[in-house]
Amino acid sequence: MRRHNQTNDKNRWLGVLAILIALAFWQFVAVVIIRYPFILPAPTDVLAAFVSLVQKGTLLLDVQASLVHFAIGLGMALLVGIPFGMVMGWNRRLDAFLDPLIEILRPIPPLAWIPFAIIWFGLTASAAGFIIFIGAVFPVIINTYSGFRGVPRVLVEAAKMLGCTRSRDLIRYIALPAALPSVAAGIRIATGVGWMCLVAAELFGVSNYGLGQKLWWFYNLHQMDSVVVYMIILGLIGLAFDMVFRYYLDRYFLKWRTGEVA
Amino acid sequence: MGNLEIRDLNQSFVRDDGSRLVVLEHLTFDVKDKEFVCILGSSGCGKTTLLRLIAGLDAAEAGSIILDGEEIKGASPKVGMVFQEYSLFPWRTVIDNIAFGLEMKGIRKDERYQIAGQYLDLVNLSQFRDSYPSELSGGMRQRVAVARALALDPVLLLMDEPFGALDAQTRNMLQTELLAIWEKTKKTIVFITHSVDEAVFMADRIIVLSPRPGTICTILPIDLPRPRERTSVEFALIRRKVLDLISQKCSIQ
Repeated sequence: MRRHNQTNDKNRWLGVLAILIALAFWQFVAVVIIRYPFILPAPTDVLAAFVSLVQKGTLLLDVQASLVHFAIGLGMALLVGIPFGMVMGWNRRLDAFLDPLIEILRPIPPLAWIPFAIIWFGLTASAAGFIIFIGAVFPVIINTYSGFRGVPRVLVEAAKMLGCTRSRDLIRYIALPAALPSVAAGIRIATGVGWMCLVAAELFGVSNYGLGQKLWWFYNLHQMDSVVVYMIILGLIGLAFDMVFRYYLDRYFLKWRTGEVA
Repeated sequence: MGNLEIRDLNQSFVRDDGSRLVVLEHLTFDVKDKEFVCILGSSGCGKTTLLRLIAGLDAAEAGSIILDGEEIKGASPKVGMVFQEYSLFPWRTVIDNIAFGLEMKGIRKDERYQIAGQYLDLVNLSQFRDSYPSELSGGMRQRVAVARALALDPVLLLMDEPFGALDAQTRNMLQTELLAIWEKTKKTIVFITHSVDEAVFMADRIIVLSPRPGTICTILPIDLPRPRERTSVEFALIRRKVLDLISQKCSIQ
C-alpha cells in the first residue's frame, strides 16, 4: 500500500541524491581515471550526444518505430493470451489439453525464435513484433489462467442463485471481473518482458529506425555516447509504461480491493 | 407461496479411498408456506449438504425436493440463498450487488435501482448505497446479502449459518432484524445453524439433525410468542429442553 507522509517525501530526495552522486562518480571515473570515451563516455559526453541527436531529429522516429513494434507484439500477446488463459482457467479439460503444449513452448527463450521470425515475416515490423509477442504472451496466459482458476466458488454459486446460470454470463459477470486484477498483473509483467525483448528484436535489421536498431547502429559506428543515450531512453520509456500502468490500476482496483489480500 | 416438501432424500460422497460416506439418509420433512424453520445440528451432520440440495446447487442421489408442486432441478430465482461466507461481488457497489439478480432478469436500470433501493432500506443500509463491500463490516455485508437474495422476491429463502462468522452482539442484532424482515416480507425461511440459542430465538420449528448419516432426530415446534426474550424463564426452559434432547438422542454415540 502507498504511504504518503512527510517522511516519504523526504526519502524521495534521498533517491535524487543517490542519482546525483552516481552521476558525479561516473563523470569522475570517465574523465579522471579512464579518459577514453569509447570505453566509458562521461555524462557530459552523453548530454552532448543527446543534444546533437535531438537536432538531427531522428530520435522521435526511432521512438515511433519502436512503439509500433512493441504495440504489435503486446497487442497480439493480449489477443491470444487472454482468451487462452480464460478457457484454460475456466474449463479443466481444455486446461489438460493445452497445458503440456504451453509448458513445452514457454521455456524457449524469445530470442531463439529470431530465425523463424525472419523466415516467416521477413525483415518487417511484424518480425520484431513476433519476438515481443513470444516474450509477452506467456505472462499474460499464466496470469489470466490463475485469475480464472482462482475465482471463489461462492461467488459463482451466489450468481447462479440470482439467475446467472449460463456459462457465458458467468464468465462475463463473475469470472472476468473477479480475475481482472490478476489479468492486469499479467499485462504489467508482459509489458516489462516485451520491452526487454525490443532491443534484440530490432537488432536483426527489421527497420531503419527504432531504439534498439539505433543502439546497435551507433555501436557499429563506435559512438558510445549515443549508445548510452539510447540505453537511457529505453529505460525511461519502460519506467514510464510501468508508472502509467500502475497509476491507472491503483485508481481502478483500489476502489474495491482495499483491505483484501491480493 | 412457498411450500417445501422433502421426500426420502439420500446423498453420499465417495471418499478418496473409494468407500462411501452416507451424508443424508431417508430425509423427509415439510416446510409450510411462510414458516421459519431452523435446521440445527453439529458440524458434519449434513446441514449444508441438505441446503445445497434444496438450493439446486447439487443434485440428490435419490429422493425429491418439491417447491410449490414443482421439483427443484437446479438453481432457480424462486429460491434465494444467503451463504455462510461473504459472497458479495467485491467489484460491485452495494446497490449493484442488490440489483444483480434484477439485471440478469433484464430489468431496466432505473427500475432495478428503484427496487434494489427498497431492499436496501429494508436492511437499513441506505447510506452505504454506493460503497464497495470491502468498506463494510461483516454484519453489514450479510445484511446486503440478505437484501440481494430478497430483491428477486423468491418464495423460499435459504440461509446457511449466515451469522456464524459474526460476534455475539452483532449476531443478536441481525437475528432481530431478520425476524422483522420476515414479518414484513413473509417468506418461507430455512435457516441453518449450530446454535441452539439462535434456533430457539428465531424458529417456528426446529428440525434437529443427528450426524453420520444425517437423519432427522427430532422436530420441535417452538410456541413462544414473538418478540422472544432471551433472558426470560420460558426461553431458558425451552433452550434447556432442546439441549437435553440433543444430548440424549441426537449426538454421536
